[in-house]
Amino acid sequence: MTAVQNPPTEEALVSTTLESPTEAPVAAGATPAPLVRRRRGKKLTGYLLPVAVFAALIGVWYAITYLILDPGRRFLMPAPHTLITEALLDPVITDKVWPALGRSIVVTFTGLAIAIVIGMLWAIAMSQSKAVEASLYPYAVALQCIPILALVPLIGFWFDFGFTSRVIVCVMIALFPIVSNTLFGIQSVDRGHHELFTLHKAGRITRLVKLQLPAAMPAIFAGFRISAGLSVVGAIVGDLFFKQGEPGLGILLSNFSSRLQGAPLFFTIVVTAALGFAVFFLFGWLAKLAVGSWYDQSRDAS
Amino acid sequence: MSAPAPTAPPAATGTTVLDFTDVARQFPDGTVALEGVDLTIQRGEFVTVVGPSGCGKSTLLRIASGLDAASAGTARIDAKRIGYVFQDATLLPWRSVKKNVELLAELHGMSKTATNQAALDAIELVGLRGHEKKLPRALSGGMKMRASLARSLTLDPDLFLFDEPFGALDEITRERLNDELLRLFVTKGFGALFITHSVSEAVYMSTRVLVMSGRPGHIVDSFEVPFGPDRTPELRFTPEFAKLAGEVSHALREGHS
Repeated sequence: MTAVQNPPTEEALVSTTLESPTEAPVAAGATPAPLVRRRRGKKLTGYLLPVAVFAALIGVWYAITYLILDPGRRFLMPAPHTLITEALLDPVITDKVWPALGRSIVVTFTGLAIAIVIGMLWAIAMSQSKAVEASLYPYAVALQCIPILALVPLIGFWFDFGFTSRVIVCVMIALFPIVSNTLFGIQSVDRGHHELFTLHKAGRITRLVKLQLPAAMPAIFAGFRISAGLSVVGAIVGDLFFKQGEPGLGILLSNFSSRLQGAPLFFTIVVTAALGFAVFFLFGWLAKLAVGSWYDQSRDAS
Repeated sequence: MSAPAPTAPPAATGTTVLDFTDVARQFPDGTVALEGVDLTIQRGEFVTVVGPSGCGKSTLLRIASGLDAASAGTARIDAKRIGYVFQDATLLPWRSVKKNVELLAELHGMSKTATNQAALDAIELVGLRGHEKKLPRALSGGMKMRASLARSLTLDPDLFLFDEPFGALDEITRERLNDELLRLFVTKGFGALFITHSVSEAVYMSTRVLVMSGRPGHIVDSFEVPFGPDRTPELRFTPEFAKLAGEVSHALREGHS
């Protein structure tokens, strides 16, 4: 565990050294004026600046819509407020988007759950024997290296174009980070802790349950978070490809774009993005709940 | 509520718990870490090994614990339960102090109630009452070492092995823990094999001090420590203490050159 805990202290050192150049001259000045300026500077960077950047981006968006595009081509980049007026408040659109969101959520979480179970069992099996690791790890790498998109048509070919295929795409995309993070976590267990367990003749299962898995939890949860994001991607991609059955967000995106419905298309993109964010923060929160009390997550919170 | 010294002396003082005859350890790469080590420890004996880094002290301890095996000679361990205190406290960061102290009892398959009671007693003995629910990250270095000590105490070991347990602590904490360990030793009467770099710590803690030298590791000298079990920090400033510490230091230098 020490090996895993060391980096945060290093990072803390780096961040203090990074901050000190800006603060040192202020402290040397020792008059009230620079102090105020520094405080205002902090407020600016911490709060005002992000808002300003966001406002600027919205401004650029409006500029493109109204200054650059001809009125006839504004569907390419509909003004931000039209996402609300022409999509969020239009029951014809929302009657399509909300059920699609529901379906995509179900696919995402089903795929993720299966990936978690398979991925962790896979990694645990590899952690218990070098021979198993040597035989099974190449396939985990293959999973990561083969563009899953290339396999998507095959999956549809074999499993039809419905729910099952979509879930399989999610599982394949989400599997690798869980396998590799779980394995890494288990293999990074402190040597001193292992010796303690050896000394007291702990069996394989006891060692796994009382030492390796708890120690690996921070890495495992980091893997969950990455995989959750990928699983959202999988759900959308599966949808886009199969274009059959009950429409999820992917099919809607495709439909809206082919019908040149700019505002609904943009709205669906925002909803999809929100799903990605929600899943990311959900797993950040779960990780904090599970290991936050003893493990400093700040270093892998990205 | 600190546990009073038992009225009767601890049972079986004088039983041999460790008996090494001509023990050697040669690693596969040909390095000879230990050679011709004879060592006997009985319950009620506190044997300290001092020596420079790399002289084979840790190998000696690892063989005593069973983590490593002698390549020649006989290493007999007659202890039913062995306590091993590492250089690091090796607490599990996700377990509270209480849960950490309970770990070894769990591994040895003690019942839940027995485990709980053993942990509470051990926590009491090392003075960590009131800190049971804390996680290791909230503890100071000294407190971590106490928790580590308590963890081994739950097994009520006949033989206690210490691998420079207080090496990373500051001088004041170290001397306090020396006193507390000494008190535990007097109360429990286990046999101890203690490894340290510090001559002063060795003389203060021990009934016998062994001086080791490296390449290959062997015992060059042995000193009986004449002080009784009731040692106080003032002992460190007596001429007798200084004289013995001087002799041990001299033997260390001799063995080293």
